[in-house]
Amino acid sequence: MRWGDILRSAWDAIRTHKLRSILTSLGILIGIAAVVLTVGLGQGAQKKVNDQLAALGGNLLIVSPGSSTSGGIRGGFGSSTTLTTADADALSSKTAAPDIANVAPVSSSASEELDNGSTNWTTTVVGTTSDWLTVRGRALSTGRFVDAADEKQASAVIVLGSDTASELFGPLDPVGQSVTISSVPYEVIGVLTSAGSDSTTNLDDQAIVPISTAQQRLVGGTSRTSVADIYVKATKDSRLSAAYQEANSILAYRHSVTSGSSTDFTITTQQSVISTTSSVSGTLTNLLIGIACLSLIVGGIGVMNIMLVSVKERTREIGLRKALGGTPAIIRRQFLSEASILGLTGGLLGVGVGIAAAEILPHFMSNPVAISVPWILLAIAVAIAIGVGFGVYPASRAAKLSPIDALRSE
Amino acid sequence: MASRPGTRRQETQRPGTGRQKAQHPVIELKDVRKTYRTGTVEFEAIRGVSLTITQGEYVAIMGPSGSGKSTLMNILGCLDVPTSGEYHLAGEDVSEMDEVDLAEARNRQIGFVFQQFNLLASLTAQRNVELPLSYAGVNRETRAELAKLALERVGLGDRTHHRPGELSGGQQQRVAVARALATDPALVLADEPTGNLDSTATADVLGLFDELHAAGSTVVLITHEAEVAGRAARVIHIHDGLLASDEVTAGVAS
Repeated sequence: MRWGDILRSAWDAIRTHKLRSILTSLGILIGIAAVVLTVGLGQGAQKKVNDQLAALGGNLLIVSPGSSTSGGIRGGFGSSTTLTTADADALSSKTAAPDIANVAPVSSSASEELDNGSTNWTTTVVGTTSDWLTVRGRALSTGRFVDAADEKQASAVIVLGSDTASELFGPLDPVGQSVTISSVPYEVIGVLTSAGSDSTTNLDDQAIVPISTAQQRLVGGTSRTSVADIYVKATKDSRLSAAYQEANSILAYRHSVTSGSSTDFTITTQQSVISTTSSVSGTLTNLLIGIACLSLIVGGIGVMNIMLVSVKERTREIGLRKALGGTPAIIRRQFLSEASILGLTGGLLGVGVGIAAAEILPHFMSNPVAISVPWILLAIAVAIAIGVGFGVYPASRAAKLSPIDALRSE
Repeated sequence: MASRPGTRRQETQRPGTGRQKAQHPVIELKDVRKTYRTGTVEFEAIRGVSLTITQGEYVAIMGPSGSGKSTLMNILGCLDVPTSGEYHLAGEDVSEMDEVDLAEARNRQIGFVFQQFNLLASLTAQRNVELPLSYAGVNRETRAELAKLALERVGLGDRTHHRPGELSGGQQQRVAVARALATDPALVLADEPTGNLDSTATADVLGLFDELHAAGSTVVLITHEAEVAGRAARVIHIHDGLLASDEVTAGVAS
């Protein structure tokens, strides 16, 4: 018998029992859709983490005051405000720290109201140095960034995030215009390109001034030389641990640290933060995929169940087909084709449902969903494999039926 | 074995054409025995049957239930193999064949007609008739052509696209006969073909067998109705697994 005819007769049998076939495929459909979606969620989370990593630069060290590893220390002035611009300068030394490429101290951020005539917008203003751009992997869409001269003179200049710029100036070019913060005019010298948002903040809604300007005009008080964080970029990814050692020993020396307990700063790598996040999300994803796979297996058992019922119910038909010349191999192929068509149908529909869910879901939750073609192809292959795998036993039962007994059955 | 010379007929030959009466034996049984074993108990259903049926004969096999009639029919139909003895079907020794070769032999040499029609309800008359052809690997166009011819031959040329449910019992059995003829088999083997039919349909179907016989087909009919057997030219009685009688009667078509 030709393959075309085998497939055609399998399709006929499936069509004859529409409801049953639909319900059987439904089991596979749900399993495949669940796998596609959970893999999509997992990959979406991974992609988000990777995007953040790329945005921040993989070879980034963050030096924070205090010994706490949490980010909460960031805004707090007081006893733990131990890092200064002098520390940042020391880290920039090429002789003491040959593996450190760039250093960007960041002042504590302040929420300020920016005014452009009658338009005003409240955003986060931070002070930093010219290296910030390199260290954070950002770029300008127009104008220039804060430079060494601005730092030296504590100039009243400001660089706006893309969202901030459009809120204040609309479609107009803000460069050369001025905004006022607490009645002090600042000249807009540049606008950052859009970088999207990470999990907590909108990276496009912020304003940057020279660190000296921030310390003198915005923060004031006694902490004029203190900084909130120092971003350190290693010369390359592979030198990150060397840079870490150098930064650690320079700061330990400067802060007269003698023992672990007296350490008043913390160095975290972006990598370590991200790998923690991704390993947590990875574990969750694996768990979900595991559950989805279980539902696939249940779907497969559904296929087997229905195929066994089908073989039982169609005993006479099998007997007839054998009497008319169907060899065991052909009968087996017919039933296997039926099972794999059920699997394939369920798989294709499942992929469709999975993709649809991946389109709809981001509207209701913050998690991104990434659908990848190789995974979809794999899912379809798995669906067919499940059809075939769980169809083998029923098909062999059909193939082994004796034509005499089969024809005599009622 | 499929390519043994002289056993394979050509596809171009149409059903019922150009076959001559009484030359080669279609069926040759030599001391055929069939023993069934249930646990330690042995039961000999057929206890040495020798029988020759030549081409073009119309034979009825009769016998009460338990006589070994069904066992003989299974062996004749290549659905089962004898425990001992020889069975040559259209020159081929089928007594030693395995499952796969038997399936092929059934496909090529035998056209079955069953008591319960055994048509597939989901398929049209034409596709039911095409079934044995599809197992023979005949391509779709040829298959459709042969199926239509066979249906025309049984007088259902206008019912090719009807499903069994839309046909009367007599018409369904005619479709089954068309299916049996489609492959141009050496032997048409009918197992109680009128058992499920009313008297009108019975007459109808028996008339069809008469026509097949007249056209030169070899027909073996298993029945327990004397009236049905009376249409055949030769009536064989089976009793207790042995041939009780083998008589040539007038028959209708002779």
